[in-house]
This record gives sequence, C-alpha cells and structure tokens, in this order.
Amino acid sequence: MRSSIRRFRLGGLLLLLVLAFLLDLSSGPVRIPLREICHILFSRGSGDQTWAFIVRSIRLPKAITAVLAGCGLSVSGLQMQTMFRNPLAEPGVLGITAGASFGVAAVMLSGGGMATLYAIRELGSPGSWLIAIAACIGAGLVMLLVLALSSRLRDNVLMLVIGLMMNSITVALTSIWQYFSNPEEVKEYLLWTFGSLGGVTGSQLYILMAIVCIGLTIVFLCSKLLDALLLGENYARSMGLTVKRARVIIVCSTSLLAGSITAFCGPIGFIGIAVPHLARLLFNTSGHRILMPASCLIGAILLLACDCIAQWPGTQTVLPINIITSLVGAPVVIYLLVRKKNLNIYR
Amino acid sequence: MSALLHTQLLQTGYHQGGKKILVSDSLPELTIGAGQLICLLGPNGSGKSTLLRTLAGLQPALGGRVEIEGRSGLSSAGLAKKISLVLTDRITGNNLDVYSLVALGRYPWSTWLGGLRETDRAAIRRAIESTGIGELLERKVFTLSDGESQKVMLARALAQDTPLLMLDEPTAHLDLPSRIRLMRLLHRLARELNKGILLSTHELDLALQVADEVWLIQAAGPFHKGTPEDLILDGIFEAVFAREDVTFDRAAGVFRIPPEGQVQIRLEGEGVPAFWTRRALQRAGYSIAGGGAGIGLVRVLVDAGRPTWVLEPGHGAAAGQTPGGPARFDSIAGLLEGLRRSHPSKADH
Repeated sequence: MRSSIRRFRLGGLLLLLVLAFLLDLSSGPVRIPLREICHILFSRGSGDQTWAFIVRSIRLPKAITAVLAGCGLSVSGLQMQTMFRNPLAEPGVLGITAGASFGVAAVMLSGGGMATLYAIRELGSPGSWLIAIAACIGAGLVMLLVLALSSRLRDNVLMLVIGLMMNSITVALTSIWQYFSNPEEVKEYLLWTFGSLGGVTGSQLYILMAIVCIGLTIVFLCSKLLDALLLGENYARSMGLTVKRARVIIVCSTSLLAGSITAFCGPIGFIGIAVPHLARLLFNTSGHRILMPASCLIGAILLLACDCIAQWPGTQTVLPINIITSLVGAPVVIYLLVRKKNLNIYR
Repeated sequence: MSALLHTQLLQTGYHQGGKKILVSDSLPELTIGAGQLICLLGPNGSGKSTLLRTLAGLQPALGGRVEIEGRSGLSSAGLAKKISLVLTDRITGNNLDVYSLVALGRYPWSTWLGGLRETDRAAIRRAIESTGIGELLERKVFTLSDGESQKVMLARALAQDTPLLMLDEPTAHLDLPSRIRLMRLLHRLARELNKGILLSTHELDLALQVADEVWLIQAAGPFHKGTPEDLILDGIFEAVFAREDVTFDRAAGVFRIPPEGQVQIRLEGEGVPAFWTRRALQRAGYSIAGGGAGIGLVRVLVDAGRPTWVLEPGHGAAAGQTPGGPARFDSIAGLLEGLRRSHPSKADH
C-alpha cells in the first residue's frame, strides 16, 4: 500500500475520532445537541448552565479517559502480540490486568477497605498515586513471570495456557479475600470489575493522563525495536538489537499503560486484542511506525463508540463498559481466527 | 586478501545449568577473507551451527576470541554492521510483505525511529536486484515457497550491507535446481561484491564445486580446512564421510552407494544409455561383471537415436534354468522386468 493512502486513512481515522469524541459528549441520560456541545467546549459561559456543568465535569473527563484507555490498551496489546509472537496476546489474556487488579486489591486490603471506585476516590491524590503504582507493579510482576516462563516454552498455545493460569492464580488470590468480605463490599468490587470510564475525575484524571502519556512516549520511541522483533530473537540480535534491553523497555511501558488504566477504569477486555488486528487489516502492514498511531486512533474511537452504546440511547440505563467491549470484541477475535485459520501466524 | 574475520584458540559450546558444555574445543585459527566463499561441512550434530552462531556473535565463545576486521568484543550494534545472517528460523510473521522484510535489513543503519534515507533505499534496491526477487515484492512472506523465501532472506541480509555474510544451511528444503541456483548466486556475490561468505551445508558435491575453501568439522575428530581439491587429494573427504554403506569416488568427486548385488551380469554398450543402464542394473541388485562371467549379457544398441536393450543368456546361467534366445526390450523398465522373470537377483528375495 502506498504511503499516501496510509496517510489518507490515518487522517480519516483522526476525523472519526473527533466525531466520536463529540458524539460521546452529547450522548447520555440527558441528550445534549452537538451544536450545544461545541458551544460549551469552545466558548465560555452562556447557554444552559446545567448542560455546561454536565459536559465539563462529567462527560469531558469520561471521554478523555476513554481516549486514554483506548490508546493505552490497544498499544500494549500490539506490543505484547509482537513480543510474544502470539496473535492472542493482550494484557487481559496473559493475566497482566489480573496482576494489576491484584495490586489494587492488595493496597485496598492493607488499608482495610475494598477496591471500590468510591473508596479509591476518597483516597485523594496521594492515594490515587499509590493505587496506580501498585497496579503497575502488579502488572509488571505478572508480565515478568510470563516472560520468564515463555522463554522456556517456545509454544504459542502453551504460552496462552500459562497466561490463563496466571489469570486464575491472581483471581483466586483476590477471591480468597472476597470470600471473607461482606456482600456489599463484594458487590462494589464486582462493579469495579465491570469496568467504568466515568469514575476518573479530578486529580485521578491528571495522574492517569501523566502515566499514559509517559507509557505512550516510550512505546512510540521503541517502535523500531518492535519491528526487529518481528523476525524473531535471533534475527533481531543479528540486526544489532539488544533483546534483553528491548524486553525490559516493553515490559515497563506495557505495565505502566495496562496497570494504570486497570487501576482507574477496572479491567477492560478485548480492546487490547482486537484493535491491533483491526489496524493490521486496515493498513495492511506490520510496520510499527504505522501500526502504533493506527492502533491508538482505532482504540480510542472504538472505546468512545462502546461508551456511546453503553449509554443506551434514549434511555436512562447505563451498561458497564466491559459488557459492550466484550460484545464488540469477541466477534472480531472469532472472525480473525476463522479468517486466519491458525494461531501460529507469528511462528 | 585482507582478513575480515579471524579466530584464535576458539572454543565453542553452550552453558547448561551453570556448566560449560564444549562442542568444539580444538579449532585451528580460522580466517575469512574478502571475496571468499567458504563452505562449512560436517555430519549432523558435529557443531556446525554452534560454530556459525559463535562466529556470528549470536552466542558467546567459551574460549578464545573472534576478531572482526582486527577488532574483538564489538557491541551487537557494531556487529550488525559487519555480519549479516541467513538463519534456519522460519519467518511467517503476520502481514509482513517481502519489501518490508528486505527493508528490515537496513535496521542497523536506519534512523532511530526506523526511517529510511536515500542510501538505505538504494541498498534495498541493489539487494533486490542481485537476488532477482523483483516480482515478489508485493507478496506476503507466508505465501512464499521455500526457494523464494530463502532468496528473500538472502536479499534482507544483502540489504544489511555487511562485509561478512553467514548462512546456516541455506540449501535445506530446496529442490536440486534451486540449490544449484542459490550456490551459484552466492559464488557470484562473493566475487562481485567482494564479500566474505560462510555457509554451512550438507551439499558436499555442490560445496566442492563452488567453495574457495572447505571447513570440515567432525563431532569427534580433527577439524580440517583447505581448498576442496587439496582435501580430496589428501583423502580427507573419504576419511571423514566414508562409511561401509557409502564410498567416496575420488575420481568423480561424488559419493556412491556401493553395489550390493550378488548376481553378476555383463554389460556392453557406450555413452549415456549405457551409463544409465549400469545405474539401473546396480540398483536392481546386479553387479556388473567383466569377462565371460555372469548370468548373461546386456547389450545396449542405439538405432537412430533410440536405444534398445538386448538380453542374451550367458553360459554361466544357474543350473536348472533353461533360458531361451535373446530378448529385446525398448525400455530399461522392460529390461529389468525381463531379467527379474528369468534371473531373480538377490535383492528380490
């Protein structure tokens, strides 16, 4: 594909992103017309004060969170798929998100509380940092463990099984603590695992933004070394890549992204696995210099769209975001598997 | 001729559970010069790949040193500008098209974000041209045949534009014409681009034809190196490769399966048809006898360009058998069938 077509498509995606962003701002229990949204965003004061409040303090943070989470999750999925040479790798599948959840749970437990959105919000800025760091460390530890095991096993399917097992272990550890909690707390925790973009406000949003931006910067800077890894470790080394260092960089950036997003939004599934494949389909390339921005754009658009659907149009109902991403993501993954017919395309 | 690569007291092997496992411990000084094509030969499990990987810097030497253009201990980024590799690792990376794969060869030279400059593009063009893969550029890597894939990987290595090129069994999985083409291509590249090329292979006869130097490695036994002709004349090939079931024909430079047949037969005739008749008879278990011995005489006649075969029963026919007169056949298959009916060879039992 010529680079001009690629640039055209990237531009189209950017436009789509702006549209999806505005649409997300306008949809919700209270419908606000697009023109009003623009008015509120780009001019100060005037108009309906209630609408302005809703947009500025509820919907704008939520939409920004959706963009951050969409970018971060799809990019970490892309990185993991390349590093593990496995088309099904993503933070959720390999237990990274579970590790992050466990980090969050551990902090909450040691504080004697529950990992609920409400509780996290009550912690204030230092507490939010603590949660974010704990989630990143949890994610990083699981990822290092999976990485250590994967260097012993070169089989893709076994890798996935190990990821599932890691998932089970972390979920089990969290469950032990759930078992001894009272029903209300368990319900709160369950609500957190449904995932939510709406709970990130104020200082949390700035923290999330800072961590995701650091993670994304690292990822963009290392898109060249991801390209080398496409040919496998031996070739990568023969082209001058220090594989160990590359792995450390990838583990760090993925843990930052997946960890911080999981800490604040709960485990959001399927974005990480589906988006990189969509980017490859749309841009017909495996060069990371194009796949990275493409995944970011598609991930953000997809999560914004899922959020629009979640505020079931015309009703007061708001479904958890995870339900929608699963409903959208699972068919994409099935389609990919049927179309590619095997899992070993990275071997 | 300047030495691109030179080794001293090199020991190869690997670490396993904190212990050093030596694969080759008595290697002589090895040198690869510019414009030289060197074939690394040796039976399976003799340490060919380990030596190649050690020379290429993919695994550390257990002892001694490898100097590249007079310097040892190059960083992997520095090494990548000196040595390019074609490995046996299968590349099926998703969605990778041939051009992008070849372009990846510019990795050590491209900008820190992976951008290609005009010099990079020129190197890619040259690599594509000299391997003749211009028609494959749009194809996805996983749709390539083994032969095409090998050429593409060679193009990637050439795009890396290094003085040294090492290939690990590049002719494996290829059919005979592709093998010959690849070897000729490598021979030409060594000459035209003045590269030092080292390749490991099992293709003895091809290696003997194209190699400037042969390195013969054995699992247990000395390491030999020299021009292929010297090694043949010194009887080293026979010593290393000959077994009871394989003999090395020093006159023809090929390995032969020795005749197994107990039943002797005589053969008369000349030229190509006689050569292939001999091969067919030997395979069917007959050994070609001289003089008046044998169960009969096969005469190869050529009439107007078409060979025919005449089988005359001989005096030495086995007792109790009463063969008739001469029989005529118009194909080797017919001849073998006729022979089998009248004189079953040992191989048929």
